Amino acid sequence: MNVLVPLVVAIPLLGAALALALGRRSRYQVLVSVLSLTAVVVISAVLLVLVDQNGPAVVHVGDWQAPWGIVLVVDRLSAIMLIISALMLLGVLLFAVGQGIVDSNRETPVSIFHPTYLVLAAGLFNAFIAGDLFNMYVGFEMLLSASYVLLTLGGTGARIRAGVTYIVVSLVSSILFLSAIALIYGATGTVTLALLAERIPELPGDVQLILGLMLIVAFSVKAAVFPLSFWLPDSYPTAPAPVTAVFAGLLTKVGVYAILRTQTLLFPDNRLSVPLMIVALLTMVVGILGALAQADIKRLLSFTLVSHIGYMIFGIALGTQAAIAATIFYVVHHIMIQTTLFLCAGLVERIGGTTSLARLGGMLKAAPLVAILFFIGALNLGGIPPFSGFLGKVALFDAGVEVGGALSYVLLAGGAATSLLTLYALARAWNMAFWRPRRDVENYDSAMLNALQDDPHDEGTVTTKTTSPLMTVATATMLALTVSLTVFAGPAFDLAARAAADIEAPSTYIDAVFPGGTP
Amino acid sequence: MSASLTLVIVMAVMYAAGIYIMLERSLTRVLIGFLLVGNATNLLIFIMSGRPGSSPIVTGTALDDTMVDPVPQVLMLTAIVINFGITALLLALIYRSWWLAQLGDEGDTLTDEHAAETSEDSEITFQSSTDDEAAVQASLDASEQGSDDDSSGTDATDRADENQPSTTDQEGGTR
Repeated sequence: MNVLVPLVVAIPLLGAALALALGRRSRYQVLVSVLSLTAVVVISAVLLVLVDQNGPAVVHVGDWQAPWGIVLVVDRLSAIMLIISALMLLGVLLFAVGQGIVDSNRETPVSIFHPTYLVLAAGLFNAFIAGDLFNMYVGFEMLLSASYVLLTLGGTGARIRAGVTYIVVSLVSSILFLSAIALIYGATGTVTLALLAERIPELPGDVQLILGLMLIVAFSVKAAVFPLSFWLPDSYPTAPAPVTAVFAGLLTKVGVYAILRTQTLLFPDNRLSVPLMIVALLTMVVGILGALAQADIKRLLSFTLVSHIGYMIFGIALGTQAAIAATIFYVVHHIMIQTTLFLCAGLVERIGGTTSLARLGGMLKAAPLVAILFFIGALNLGGIPPFSGFLGKVALFDAGVEVGGALSYVLLAGGAATSLLTLYALARAWNMAFWRPRRDVENYDSAMLNALQDDPHDEGTVTTKTTSPLMTVATATMLALTVSLTVFAGPAFDLAARAAADIEAPSTYIDAVFPGGTP
Repeated sequence: MSASLTLVIVMAVMYAAGIYIMLERSLTRVLIGFLLVGNATNLLIFIMSGRPGSSPIVTGTALDDTMVDPVPQVLMLTAIVINFGITALLLALIYRSWWLAQLGDEGDTLTDEHAAETSEDSEITFQSSTDDEAAVQASLDASEQGSDDDSSGTDATDRADENQPSTTDQEGGTR
């Protein structure tokens, strides 16, 4: 079964090369990318089942034993992240294919989308299965480089402006990450996670604190944790709809995954718990207040994205097994729902011609199916029972109550308020865009709408484009997946609990990498 | 672990200068800042490989403590390659934003692949017409000169002068 582990990176990379070679034949390109991602979905599903039964799968690349060689490790957490991101990537790819068919690829003169998308996928999978910090860095760089290209696709003025902010911020965080790796190597003489788990606790306390802080800051930029989240709402919404959906769903969660992995495995005594909790609270509250002020659906969703990262940081800060299980469940839920909602926003943009609430209206009649999709998604993100958003939050709050303490109750209150405000923001968006009759859009006078801030680069135009059935089907399938997470919440939560148990007992991970004991 | 003080100082200066330059608005300076900071980080990794003057790992030598640690060098090489790729991308981005600043989105339309052929064709077409005009003019001048010799040749040269700019106008228009 170990053969399967490197394949999740190798297949998308080979697919990218093939897709690049087939640049002039877009049909074959589509075929190659759909097939490679489907293969990864199947492989990750198999891996998830096998890993769940037999414990972590470990591959020493080129048979160079850790800590000298590169080690790839798939434990339950990695397998969950793999399967969920592969599914999302495939769904969004189908949406993008649908959009490409309608636009006949006018947006990208050179068919660079598919190869870049596959490189992004490979980098993402590489970051999830990396068994050492440096390989994780390489995975990050792969996916970031691909994301730079995807964000500036077409090279229009707005995208270049947004891209520059995004790229410079990402570069700074990458350099911080690399410096942290250098210092960790200097302090411990290794970058293999399993060995670091033993050596870092032996270091003096303040050295540990500095190393931990450097990693957290580097990852927080990627995960968009307040106050390092300022770049996100400005850069994500300018990209094409499918690209924004993937970025929103997956790119921030790689940061969350990296924080989760390093904080639990390398710094198990959780000394940063209190600062993390404060940061989590600020992320939630500031993010959602930003969302309330937006009149543009894509920007609104970007702000809710930032805001909900706070829940996951809260779970990591609590650090108990129940909290970690809730965090994993919440990450899965949030990846799915945020991707789906951004795809819905993409559909709204095409059918309604804009994403500005000031000019949208009557969408319920124009596109009843999209209205339903957006409505269910909004309820789910807002945390209305019985959806998975509600279940994840309840589990998280449960864990918070278990830990107790004044700060955790403050966070519970903040979390509940954020959840309600999310619902308020999304319900308002739905009311304006879908429920409001088309004829009311002109001369609509409302103090609330005037107070909202539109996209600064919005030109005020309305350009509707046709949608292909494939786009709607892809979005509907993704939504069905999020709903199925609700239906199968029991088994899914048990799996998350088992993954959390692995994380709480790092010996499983360490023993898998070093069967004969650490050197 | 001991490290060379020179390297540490060089690294610190590069970090400081790089971060300072990165704070500028101009993209080119951000790039230079990124290069400095990136290479400072490479130096930081390099410093982690131990005391300067240690021997490299070569097959056949005995294992002892004075050998240099090769792993940071491997990490550094990878980091250099990644930095190189990112630099290339940043350069492309800078060129693109310069292009947009100069021409705006309007300068963005695809150039006509057949532009050269068309202009060549039109040149040939207009060449024949200008030739015609010149011939007509010459015959006119000749007839004029033949009909009334008393009007001086200056008239004819005037007309020829008038004719000259109009043909160039035509050609300029087609280009």
